[in-house]
Amino acid sequence: MSNLIEIRWHGRGGQGAKTASLLLADAAFNTGKYIQGFPEYGPERMGAPITAYNRISDEPITVHSNIYEPDYVVVVDDTLLDSVDVTAGLKPNGAIIINSTKDGAELKKLLKGYSGDIYKIDARKVSMETLGKYFPNTPMLAAVVKVSGIMSEKAFLDDMIGSFKHKFAKKPEVIDGNMKALEMALKEVTKV
Amino acid sequence: MGIRERLSGNEAAAIAMKQINPDVVAAFPITPSTEIPQYFSTFVNNGQVDTEFVAVESEHSAMSACIGAQAAGGRAMTATSANGLSLMWEMIYIASSLRLPIVMSLVNRAVSGPLNIHNDHSDAMGVRDSGWIMLFSENNQEAYDNLIMAHRIAEHQDVLLPLMVCQDGFITSHSIENIELIEDDKVKAFVGKYEPKHYLLNDKEPIAVGPLDLQTYLFEHKAQQAQAMRNAKKVIADVSAEFAKLTGREYKFFEAYRLEDAEIAIVCMNSTAGTTKAVVNHLRDSGVKAGLLKIRMFRPFPAEEVAAALKHVKAVAVLDKADSLNGAGGALFEDVVSGMYVSKVQIPTVNYIYGIGGRDTTEKDITKVFEDLKDIASNGEVNNPYRYLGLKEEI
Repeated sequence: MSNLIEIRWHGRGGQGAKTASLLLADAAFNTGKYIQGFPEYGPERMGAPITAYNRISDEPITVHSNIYEPDYVVVVDDTLLDSVDVTAGLKPNGAIIINSTKDGAELKKLLKGYSGDIYKIDARKVSMETLGKYFPNTPMLAAVVKVSGIMSEKAFLDDMIGSFKHKFAKKPEVIDGNMKALEMALKEVTKV
Repeated sequence: MGIRERLSGNEAAAIAMKQINPDVVAAFPITPSTEIPQYFSTFVNNGQVDTEFVAVESEHSAMSACIGAQAAGGRAMTATSANGLSLMWEMIYIASSLRLPIVMSLVNRAVSGPLNIHNDHSDAMGVRDSGWIMLFSENNQEAYDNLIMAHRIAEHQDVLLPLMVCQDGFITSHSIENIELIEDDKVKAFVGKYEPKHYLLNDKEPIAVGPLDLQTYLFEHKAQQAQAMRNAKKVIADVSAEFAKLTGREYKFFEAYRLEDAEIAIVCMNSTAGTTKAVVNHLRDSGVKAGLLKIRMFRPFPAEEVAAALKHVKAVAVLDKADSLNGAGGALFEDVVSGMYVSKVQIPTVNYIYGIGGRDTTEKDITKVFEDLKDIASNGEVNNPYRYLGLKEEI
């Protein structure tokens, strides 16, 4: 399965890393892919480190285990860089995407010499400007789509509006803000 | 054509129950199966099913309510996991001995203690001798398909036994994956109407259900239960064949994956079989003749058929996701080797206890088993047949 893409999400309980992994699975599914989206359930509580995973492929996926050698890692909260080995097993030709305002040198230092590509995005800024509240998962979702190229930006945005309409059926007023967050995040993510 | 969807294993089970639209669902929430009655109660609330949902105060009552409903003449379903099944224990045996074709979705989880909410098969293995038909499912699709077939099997006049459909807690119950659903009307036509021959609410035929049964007849009734379990094999084969015509998805007693010309083989159940398939494919690419036998029908156990399917291989590993703590191998291992012995199939066979309490089982772990099997096949010696896979310390 050479077209298999494996993604590992690191976040803290309550930040929506699990939801983001499920939304990514949804979007990829809607472009015709085979998908898996699953969290690693531990002793979950607000603020505790959590991990979620995605497998995305053109062929059926039969493996049922966690992901140890991901192509991409998404870090929803950069305070995890101190305590979690986020680049463990990350492929050197892959990439890590971090929600952070730290500068490139600082991030590189925290990643202990990871040789692959490093991307960052200030998801707080994107979220506050578009949603008025801090929901980092929406910008991070757009960032990983942009970096991984799993689907075109247009296909992604077209699909997400449908997902948000469904997800926020009872809160339609937040759909616009979420779409704006995705659009802005696609522009804001930068290579370190 | 079917409906292309993406669902978790729990969602798939709940959707199957919605399409089956049973008369009664009685359930008590327990991780990781909680979502099944949770989703189902939404369907009830929205009027999408006609089911009477009984929110009981314990699993013992859940199974008791199912027994009452099914004995009265209704179709009853439930869902549970681990200690929930333990609490049902008494009523599990009563359901099967009363020959009530109740259907359960069992989302496998380690039975305490110490407390653990993650997947292994210790809950299912605890009821392997209780007289329930037990079907295991590799993924959400199989959990769904097995449930759609369940009533047709359980309610058949030659069977009349309760049936549980197992899937791995969290690993498949909480993983969103692709699935192909069957249209509502086709499910309805396939499952059919429940028409019990004898039932309590039939005022034209007053009957007693579950009276005293002492030395004079209990033995005969147990033998009839055992015979019903033997009969279930043909019914499972027939219903699965009909299901294949409807969906194109073929189910046998077990799936023989690249096993026909295999020299080394793994026998296992549920989600690990999917991981094993990926490893088998890698090994085949490098010329290693590896194969998989994935048990779907664990009760009744297809002893003769398993032995026949394995008789040409040079070494076999049986993977048990529950330890029988007997010093002599897990339950699946015992069933496989006793089947082989009776069929005079003498192949070096080794047992691995693995994945206990949610210990992740990776492609690397499965590759290690096949490496061991290569050694066993080449020198014909098993040495230690009782092994662990993925244990962090030497015992």
